[in-house]
Order: sequence, then C-alpha cells, then structure tokens
Amino acid sequence: MISILDGFSEALHLLLTFDASLFEIVLLSLRVSLTAVFFSALIGLPLGALLAVLKFPGRPVLIVLINAFMGLPPVVVGLIVYLLLSRSGPLGVLGLLFTPTAMIIAQTMLITPIVASLTRQAISDLWVEYRDLLHSFDAKPWQIMKTLLWEGRLSMMTGILAGFGRAIAEVGAVMIVGGNIDHATRVLTTAIALETSKGNLGLALGLGIVLVGIAVVINILTLSVGHVVGRQTAQGQIL
Amino acid sequence: MSKILPLNLSGISVHAGGDHLLQDINIDFDKGPLTLIIGPNGAGKSLLLRLCHGLIKPDKGVLTWQGSDAAHAPRHQALVFQKPVLLRRSVCENIAYPLRISGMFTAGEIADRVADALDHSGLAAIGDRPAKVLSGGEQQKLALARARAMRPEVLFLDEPTANLDPRSLGQVEALIRETHESGTKIIMTSHDMSQVKRLADEIVFLYDGHIIEAGPAEKILNKPTSREASAFVKGDLLP
Repeated sequence: MISILDGFSEALHLLLTFDASLFEIVLLSLRVSLTAVFFSALIGLPLGALLAVLKFPGRPVLIVLINAFMGLPPVVVGLIVYLLLSRSGPLGVLGLLFTPTAMIIAQTMLITPIVASLTRQAISDLWVEYRDLLHSFDAKPWQIMKTLLWEGRLSMMTGILAGFGRAIAEVGAVMIVGGNIDHATRVLTTAIALETSKGNLGLALGLGIVLVGIAVVINILTLSVGHVVGRQTAQGQIL
Repeated sequence: MSKILPLNLSGISVHAGGDHLLQDINIDFDKGPLTLIIGPNGAGKSLLLRLCHGLIKPDKGVLTWQGSDAAHAPRHQALVFQKPVLLRRSVCENIAYPLRISGMFTAGEIADRVADALDHSGLAAIGDRPAKVLSGGEQQKLALARARAMRPEVLFLDEPTANLDPRSLGQVEALIRETHESGTKIIMTSHDMSQVKRLADEIVFLYDGHIIEAGPAEKILNKPTSREASAFVKGDLLP
C-alpha cells in the first residue's frame, strides 16, 4: 500500500530532477487557471459591484442564480461547454474543443459566480458604510463602483483566491473539454486522475502534493502582495 | 456675492411608515449667522440636515437654492457626518478624494488645497498616516478638513463633536469657528446646550419633527416663547 511518505518522496524526486513533463503540466495548469481567474475577475468584480449597488428589476433573481451557480458541478459546466464547442454546437466552427482555450472557458464559467457573489457581499457591506458619503460627494456611478472595488480590494482578493482554488483543483470540466491529451491539454488534476487509474499511485500522490504546494504558494504570494499594497495605499504611496 | 444662498424650505414634510418625521417645515437659511439646529434626540435634526444637503427627498414641499432647484448646489455645499466616514486611505488621500472625483481641479490645485487643509486643521504632521487609525478627534478634524478643502459656501455639520473628549471638542469647535469666520455658512445640529451657547448666532429649535421656534440665539436662549424650547434650554426633561 502506497504511503503519504512515498508520495512526498515521489513529489520531491519529480521536482529535484526537473522532470520536463511535470513542469509542462504545471505550467499548463497555471496558464489555464490563472487566465480563467483573470477573465472571471474581469467579469465577476464589476458584476458583483453592480449587483450590490444598483437596484433594477430581476436583481433578486440574478443574485439567487449567481449564488446557486457557486456550487455548479464542474462536470455539468464541462458538458455545457462541450455542447457549445463540439463540431455540431453553435461555436463548433471555432475549433476550440480539446484545446487549452476550451479549458479556460469552462473554468471561467465555473468560477465567475464565485468571484461575483463574494464581491457582491463585500461591496454590499461597504455600500452601507459609504453610500451617504459618496452621494454627498456627488460621485458618478462609475466612480462609486471604482471606489468601492478599491476600498474592498482585500475582500476581492479573497474572492479571487477562492476562485483560483476552485479552478486549479477541478478535474471534471477540464477533462471533458480538454480531453487530457498528453503535451496538449493535460493538467495536474487530469494527470492525477490518469495516473490513479493506471495504478501509479505514488506518481499520482506526488502530483497531488505538487498541486497543493502550488495552491499554497499562490495564496502566500497573493496575500503578501495584498498586504504590501494595503500598507502602501494607507500611507498614500499609491493612487 | 452668494452662489447658492438663500436656502429656502417651504412646506417640507418627510414621512416613513406612517410616522411624520418632519412636518410642514418652513424656513430660510441665508448667508451670515452661524446656525444651530437644536432639539432632543429624535426631533429630526439630522434628517433636516440630510434633506438640506440633498441626501433625501421630501415627501411634500419644495426646497430651493437661490430660488431654483438643487441641481447646481452639490458643488457648493458639503456635509460632515456625526460619525466620520473615512476611506481606507491616508489622511492626504481622504482630503484629495472629493476634489479629484469632482473633476474640477488640476493635480496641482488638489495638492495645494490638501496642503492648505492639513495646515488649517493641524493635521500636517500626520498627513501620511492611515485615516482609520486616527483618534476620534483627529478623524473628525479630518472630516472637517476634507469638507473645507472643497471650499463650500454652505457647510452642514451633523453633531460633529458628539463623543469627543473636551480637548478634541475645543479643537473641533475652533475649526468650526475659523471656517465660519472665513465666510462659510455653517448650519450645524447639536443637543449640547453649552456648545449652543458658545457657538450659535441663530437657533432653530426642532421638536417632534416640527420647527417650534427659530430666531437669534440670544432671544431663544433667554426668552424662549414655547414650553418645549423653554424646558430644553433649561435642561428640564421633555415629554
């Protein structure tokens, strides 16, 4: 029976020998998930802020839907993107299925509701605090959004990190739309699933430990940057 | 020459859930005297100030600045809240923020106004400090400095010295007096009779959403005509 120690040993071996296929998989995993996080932030941050500040018909329904979509099963998202991108689907002509772009689209769909929902909650709290002040300054709606997003930047970072955690760890969606093709669409999670099914449990565990390590490093880096930015801003060195 | 005064309130009423929060308010505020709106808690003082500032709309009645609607007024009047609302930025950035979003000033003008506001408020030594870590007195001075930097013609102050220690209270009152002497019309709420005696040129006594008495401070303090004002001025308990 494979032990956790064997997994650590395998992970260390892969890292110390600069295993080329491991680094290829890690880089693709990061490229796909970080790009998905970027697009999710681009959509989710303003969407969350709009939902927090603006009142419009259908807003409560939209909030319920976005909250519900936070728990979307990755395989369902994968299936939807597959249907959209497959040759007979409406976007089949683009030829994106089984490419990293398809995986980015799927992960973006998966984590945008998380970023938008957490942003909405954080901005709602800030809006209660700053509504009268910003109206008092006669701030325009876009100035209000920009200010609230900046004031809530550390909370936003938490939402983005939660999104990244979900993206880097999911396997169902990228497996369906990426196909786990060696040297093309294989990422850490699909590689782990493959090695497990082949019985290479040591290698699978080693890859798993590398995956957890990446998530921890990204979190530390992001929080450190957030801390520095927060301190500099408070001291008036930024803006 | 005044740009927006006089401020005229005619037949103003504000209701909420069947309660009359302000009832048939008729009053003019003109350039010159330092005006104190006094009355017990729940009389409608803060509400009246917010209404004048434009944060809430009356259910009935008309509010005009210099005989016309309030559309042009926001640029010439400012409000300081009872509990200072400060952005998560430095002292300097808090003062610069409303100037910047107004779009009316160059970077050089903003820097000059910030420096001037810091000097006048005694905050120059802590301009780079995060606003959120200041003491209560310093936060209120910053809120005043931020409002002053806009060089408003009318400055509304909602109980600006509530919860301050005697030293901070003296400093904030000195700032208020200086602002008044520089030509800014001050309209301020308070229920602290010793403060009213120190600052007021004219008094508006509000009770249960109605203006009971309004006139020169000396007259209202020495010869109030209503039972409620008389009891309030003496410090007696009101029903």
